[in-house]
Amino acid sequence: MEISFDLTIAWALLLAFAVYVYVVLDGFDLGIGILYPFFPEKQDRDLMMNTVAPVWDGNETWLVLGGGGLFAAFPMAYAIIMPAVYPLIIAMLLGLIFRGVAFEFRWRATSRFTQKLWDFAFICGSVAAALTQGMILGALLQGIEVDGRAYGGGWLDWLTPFTILCGFAVVCGYALLGACWLNWRIEGHAQHQVRVLARIFGFATVGFIAAVSIATPFLEQEYFQRWLAWPNVLEVAPVPILVVGLVLWLARELFTDRNDWMPFVITLALFLLCFIGLGVSMWPYIIPTEVTLWDAASPESSQLFMFVGAVVLVPIILAYTIYAYWVFRGKLRHGEGYH
Amino acid sequence: MDLSFGLDATLLARIQFAFTVAFHFIFPAFSIGLASFLAVLNGAYLWTRDEAYLRLFQYWLKIFAISFAMGVVSGIVMSYQFGTNWSVFSDLAGPVIGPLMAYEVLTAFFLEAGFLGIMLFGREKVGDALHMAACLMVAIGTAISATWILSVNSWMHTPAGFTMGENGQFLPADWWAIIFNPSFPYRLVHTLIAAYLTTAFIVGGVGAWHLLQGRTQNRGVRTMFSMAMWMAALVAPLQIIAGHEQGLNTYEHQPVKVLAMEGHFESSQDGIPLILFGIPDQEAGEMRYKIEIPRIGGPILEKGWGASLDGLDTVPRELQPPVEIVFWSFRVMVALGFAMLGVGLWSLWARWRGNLYHAPWLHRAALVMGPSGLVAVIAGWITTEVGRQPYTVYGELLTADSVSPLAASAVGASLVAFIVIYFTIFGAGILYILKLMHHAPERGERGMDDGDGPIRTAGITPGNVEAPDHNPHPAE
Ligand code: HDD
Ligand code: HEM
Ligand code: HEM
Repeated sequence: MEISFDLTIAWALLLAFAVYVYVVLDGFDLGIGILYPFFPEKQDRDLMMNTVAPVWDGNETWLVLGGGGLFAAFPMAYAIIMPAVYPLIIAMLLGLIFRGVAFEFRWRATSRFTQKLWDFAFICGSVAAALTQGMILGALLQGIEVDGRAYGGGWLDWLTPFTILCGFAVVCGYALLGACWLNWRIEGHAQHQVRVLARIFGFATVGFIAAVSIATPFLEQEYFQRWLAWPNVLEVAPVPILVVGLVLWLARELFTDRNDWMPFVITLALFLLCFIGLGVSMWPYIIPTEVTLWDAASPESSQLFMFVGAVVLVPIILAYTIYAYWVFRGKLRHGEGYH
Repeated sequence: MDLSFGLDATLLARIQFAFTVAFHFIFPAFSIGLASFLAVLNGAYLWTRDEAYLRLFQYWLKIFAISFAMGVVSGIVMSYQFGTNWSVFSDLAGPVIGPLMAYEVLTAFFLEAGFLGIMLFGREKVGDALHMAACLMVAIGTAISATWILSVNSWMHTPAGFTMGENGQFLPADWWAIIFNPSFPYRLVHTLIAAYLTTAFIVGGVGAWHLLQGRTQNRGVRTMFSMAMWMAALVAPLQIIAGHEQGLNTYEHQPVKVLAMEGHFESSQDGIPLILFGIPDQEAGEMRYKIEIPRIGGPILEKGWGASLDGLDTVPRELQPPVEIVFWSFRVMVALGFAMLGVGLWSLWARWRGNLYHAPWLHRAALVMGPSGLVAVIAGWITTEVGRQPYTVYGELLTADSVSPLAASAVGASLVAFIVIYFTIFGAGILYILKLMHHAPERGERGMDDGDGPIRTAGITPGNVEAPDHNPHPAE
């Protein structure tokens, strides 16, 4: 039997899946930190954090899979991207440290002051992680200078208006995800408040999606060709059209208060479409216009060895992850927490 | 401001990697052992329904949660440091070690993280049986994680099962040979035992402290001290044997490292001395002020009394590791190993005499030895890793050829950030852990819904703690 699929493509899809799962899971989780400043009451903050306390670690593991998978399946890309965005990666990691420990430390702090301090660390860490993730994405999209098998640019090349735009876009998007998640998981006056925030961040996110979409085709000739040249435009048109449809639906849900979980699901779909759009721009490159997926791929024996495991293990992981979410399902009330 | 401190990018990258990995490893060394200890406590509670075990479980669970969180966040840093600091190494060795690390994520990290929430918060939501299963999954996850990462690390010491690609990449030829490379079994055994010993001594130290405070009637305190001392007495001798076996394996594959560990600058004929102490002077190529036992080094290396040995004087200077560091870190580890054995034997003696809980000098010794596992573990890693220099992949790829093309000032700046932030954050974490250790495990010890503050008091309380037959007892 002829093997009719290409392992490299399979790995690219698997990695894209891992990154997407990461973005939505840690997205709402980081989003909660981004929304913290709008909820000065300790009670509300406790409640918000408790909606993710049992699952945040699992959410972050998808980031490790993204990084580890890139390292294993496309080592050359990993070796080029990491030094290229070095300061951003370091800032992201430090941000993740602050917010990760805040989950535990916040409950152990004895004075009001130190507790506020860990709240502050949680906010800054979440914002920093979201901002840098967006900027890393922007840096990748705008292109990285490659020299042989290594990074060839300077250590601040990534800093451009476009990457900053992408950074803020992701902060906004995560805040939206966080608000929709909380809308689903809490009730009472706090829920009312997150709904209002969801509308605001919804508008902002849509604005950012539009801005990034308009800027992207002008970054590289190839993106322009892909998105705007005839007849390609017919093939890719469904993406923006669907985005517009989803945005309208999201607006309706957020203004009519019908289903508490529906806005969250629509936001997930919106993120999926943005993700597909990103894929359309980047294909077939892993570092746009410099390194293709196949240039960077590790040898087939490596990819195959891992693929066998991934095919078996990823469904199992998804199963027990869903189980963990199921165990801690339902609305959380004030005065009820896991801590 | 010059953020490179006059050092080159390679050295800064090494310092940064060593610093972050040493900090990271403190937490796994403790969490691997503690996860198993918690599983044992929970199992013992479910089996005997003895409240003392539940009390201890709840007590250590809170400490575990903090230690685990710090292990996770510092670990995420590590998984990206390969790319940020060692990008050339990552590109070249990625096809071989990348899949192993991906398997670590798939088989271990998800397992730990997926069941951690249930272990910490889920007892009354899922019931005793599933909660026990979750505790086991977390414990097994930590051990699987250690297995994969040590396979990776061992491969860097004793590379096997690969061919060289024309682009300079290591290409996998035989996965079995890669995973079970020659030093892996030794390293796995030695490191896992190290993690158990580390935990045993921390638990024992906490128990000893409470005994010294006069809490000799608290069953939680007694149980934890006794369990820890059994571990010390049984496992410390195993560790010495495992370490010795590993030394022999290292002598076979990385003889230069062993020469540095033992400080053999000079070759010897007719019997190899065992150098106990001395001041290594690598530039002069000699050991100053050395105290040695003649001839006994031969049998230790399983070579016979009259054997001869080629010393570091037969190895070009640029292929020698930094001897001072390796020589001293090795001695610290071995000394602590024997000190642990000493405490273990002492506890057996006290137990036999029937005054395990009333032996203040034993308790003082156990208290002082509380952090000894952490020190030994770091010393061991320094021996291993510095002893591998100047290579990253032993005999195949030089450290100097592995480093990322980064500006020294970029690495310097991030190094400063790491140092400042790690000391602040982890300092606070260790403070919180010490605070939790400061109070003794009580009857009706609460789990993660620790009862200070209005919200948490109203939280979910494990039903069995409040069951009538376990009501708080005024005598304790
Ligand atoms: C012998 C054991 C051991 C060793 C040598 C290392 N680790 Fe580790 N690591 C663990 C044992 C462990 C663990 C026990 O599995 C941890 C500690 C606490 C935890 O959450 O899992 C962990 C956590 C942990 C995490 C977070 C996992 C999560 O999200 O749950 C990452 C990404 C790494 N590690 C990566 C590394 C890297 C890249 C290392 C090498 C440089 C490394 N670890 C050395
Ligand atoms: C098991 C997984 C590990 C891997 C894959 C690994 C890999 C590496 C790599 C790539 C380097 C940099 C190159 C070099 O300078 O040699 C290094 C250095 C180092 N590592 Fe490890 N390491 C691991 C675990 C550890 C642990 C757990 C510790 C200690 C707690 C440790 C201590 C060190 C030290 C001290 C150095 C610096 C040595 C020097 O540059 O002189 N390593 N290791
Ligand atoms: C007297 C007893 C001991 C002996 C003879 C011994 C021997 C060794 C040797 C030879 C190595 C280096 C192997 C290499 O580089 O390939 C090593 C590494 C190490 N040791 Fe020990 N050791 C002893 C006690 C301990 C203790 C008590 C601990 C911790 C509780 C410990 C923890 C470690 C660790 C974590 C490493 C690095 C990982 C590894 O290479 O396995 N050792 N030990």
